[in-house]
Amino acid sequence: MYIIKRILMMLLTIWVIITLTFVIMKSIPGDPFASDANVLPDEVLANMRAKYHLDEPLPVQYVLYMKDLAQLDFGPSIKSETRSVNDIISDGIPVSSTLGIQALIIALVFGLMLGIIAALYHNRAIDFIAMMIAILGISVPSFILAPLLIKYFAVEWHMLPVASWGTWDHTILPSVALALSPLAVIARFMRSSMIDVMNQNYIKTADAKGLSTFKIVLKHGIRNAILPVITFIGPLAVTLITGTFVIEKIFAIPGLGKYFVDGIFNRDYPVIMGTTIFYSTVLVVILFLIDISYRLIDPRIKLSSGGN
Amino acid sequence: MSHLLDVKNLEVNFKTYGGEVKAVRNVSFHVDKGEIVAIVGESGSGKSVTVQSIMGLIPTPPGKIKNGQVLFDNKDLLKLSKREMQKVKGSKISMVFQDPMTSLNPTMKVGKQIEEGLKVHQHLSKADAKKRAIEMIKLVGIPNPEERYNQYPHEFSGGMRQRVMIAIALACNPELLIADEPTTALDVTIQAQVLDLMKDLRDKMNTAIILITHDLGVVAETAERVIVMYAGMTVETGTVEEVFANPKHPYTWGLMASRPNPQADGKERLVPIEGSPPDLFSPPKGCPFAPRCPYAMEICLGEMPPEFEVVSGHTAKCWLNDPRAKMAQEEIAAGRVQK
Repeated sequence: MYIIKRILMMLLTIWVIITLTFVIMKSIPGDPFASDANVLPDEVLANMRAKYHLDEPLPVQYVLYMKDLAQLDFGPSIKSETRSVNDIISDGIPVSSTLGIQALIIALVFGLMLGIIAALYHNRAIDFIAMMIAILGISVPSFILAPLLIKYFAVEWHMLPVASWGTWDHTILPSVALALSPLAVIARFMRSSMIDVMNQNYIKTADAKGLSTFKIVLKHGIRNAILPVITFIGPLAVTLITGTFVIEKIFAIPGLGKYFVDGIFNRDYPVIMGTTIFYSTVLVVILFLIDISYRLIDPRIKLSSGGN
Repeated sequence: MSHLLDVKNLEVNFKTYGGEVKAVRNVSFHVDKGEIVAIVGESGSGKSVTVQSIMGLIPTPPGKIKNGQVLFDNKDLLKLSKREMQKVKGSKISMVFQDPMTSLNPTMKVGKQIEEGLKVHQHLSKADAKKRAIEMIKLVGIPNPEERYNQYPHEFSGGMRQRVMIAIALACNPELLIADEPTTALDVTIQAQVLDLMKDLRDKMNTAIILITHDLGVVAETAERVIVMYAGMTVETGTVEEVFANPKHPYTWGLMASRPNPQADGKERLVPIEGSPPDLFSPPKGCPFAPRCPYAMEICLGEMPPEFEVVSGHTAKCWLNDPRAKMAQEEIAAGRVQK
């Protein structure tokens, strides 16, 4: 029941996003053929506008778009005559999601590890070193880190390819560059959460049972400390998605980010809509999964469909 | 005969920004097999620190065990390595804490929390550990043990959680159970149930119990011997009958006098002990209770009283018990004291 209600709410959210994007997009001055206006005669421009229904009033355009969308047809790309938006998205998804998921895994695994270690060695040298790394990670933007990584790992030491896409080796540097800042934030979150948990009474109970420190941390510490970190994965996903735009550009990766940005410059309306719908769906689904995982981690949290 | 637990000259300090707090000062006591010993005293008197240092639960730093021995089965626990101590904790000595609401892991099934010790210490298989855990849940008087096994702490009431804590503590049949104010956070009817349960389990399993409390009623009802602590020191020890019938330390008198009298009509005022405990950053040279003691003599302020043995097994650290203080004793006996 809860899940059905949630899914309906998710669809509603996505519909609101679609509508708002549609309205805002159309209110930007100019249209896809603005750059051709000096070259082509007016009649040709009018014909082209008519082809894409751009001469119709806005509500009609909206209804036409929603009709296609209901059949999961994102329409043609105006700038690229050979590829539809569906093609662009299905080509881009594997690339962008490989990058995003790898970065998420790196950020989570190393961020949690760094945070836990820092917490266990609270106020000792290891803690300070870990937190220094974290501060660096937060303050160095990915567009600075990425060229640095390329300079050393690719250009000077020849360990990894400079850019482009193809083998798994190509994915390493961009994933790392993308992961570092969320990794640092996760480490800081996990550290403070873990310090708090390790001072709780039930940790003393576990200690009094004669468990080893390793078992105490693993079975009693982490599960309780991880909840605030899970909350952060939502905003983190946003960082990763927007981060991919920059990283894909720097590493010349044929992902979705390029189309999203170019689409806006070219006023390629179907591309803007298609990529926006794709990214917002990803985000809404991630938030949904986070809510579900709360329940799995903390039995005190009940998922209920209505407020009381 | 050697005792089950013999604490000798224990001294524990805590480093703080203000300096070193001498939380436990030269404390010695013993516990025999199957015996219930109560430690009473007001907040900050060092009761919890004393028993937590027995269990090695004092965080170091800031805590530091300066001196002393904790002999358990004739082995000094303070000299054991961390790993050796882990073998003792939970299997031979275990502990029940004050606040059952926060002492259980909220994200772990209750049954699993009982099992953990069994798996570590007795190397039981999954099935055997589960069987034993359900047995323990039943033993501490929780109905529907099979169903309760799979529940989480938030599905238990406070009293039930304290029963779970006792089940955890007793799962491995320890020789000594330390209960640090096990009933303070519970309401009165549940308090009696939990105390009865502990006594009952002592009779069944012959586990010695150290019961920390500040409730003299609990002491009288449950314990066989009592240790009165004040300002990090033991001031009076003896059997419950002896100490209640014939207390020999003015602090014990004060504690007894400050209890509400059930026979009174309710209009009677409670008698507090005037003043407050000494600053343990720099404890006084003489008797720590002297500044609050209505019977303090000159010597009390200048010199720490030794332990006077009133009768065998009943000791009090108070100069009034010195044969030379005869005059003061007579004066007190003549009527200025309500014991």
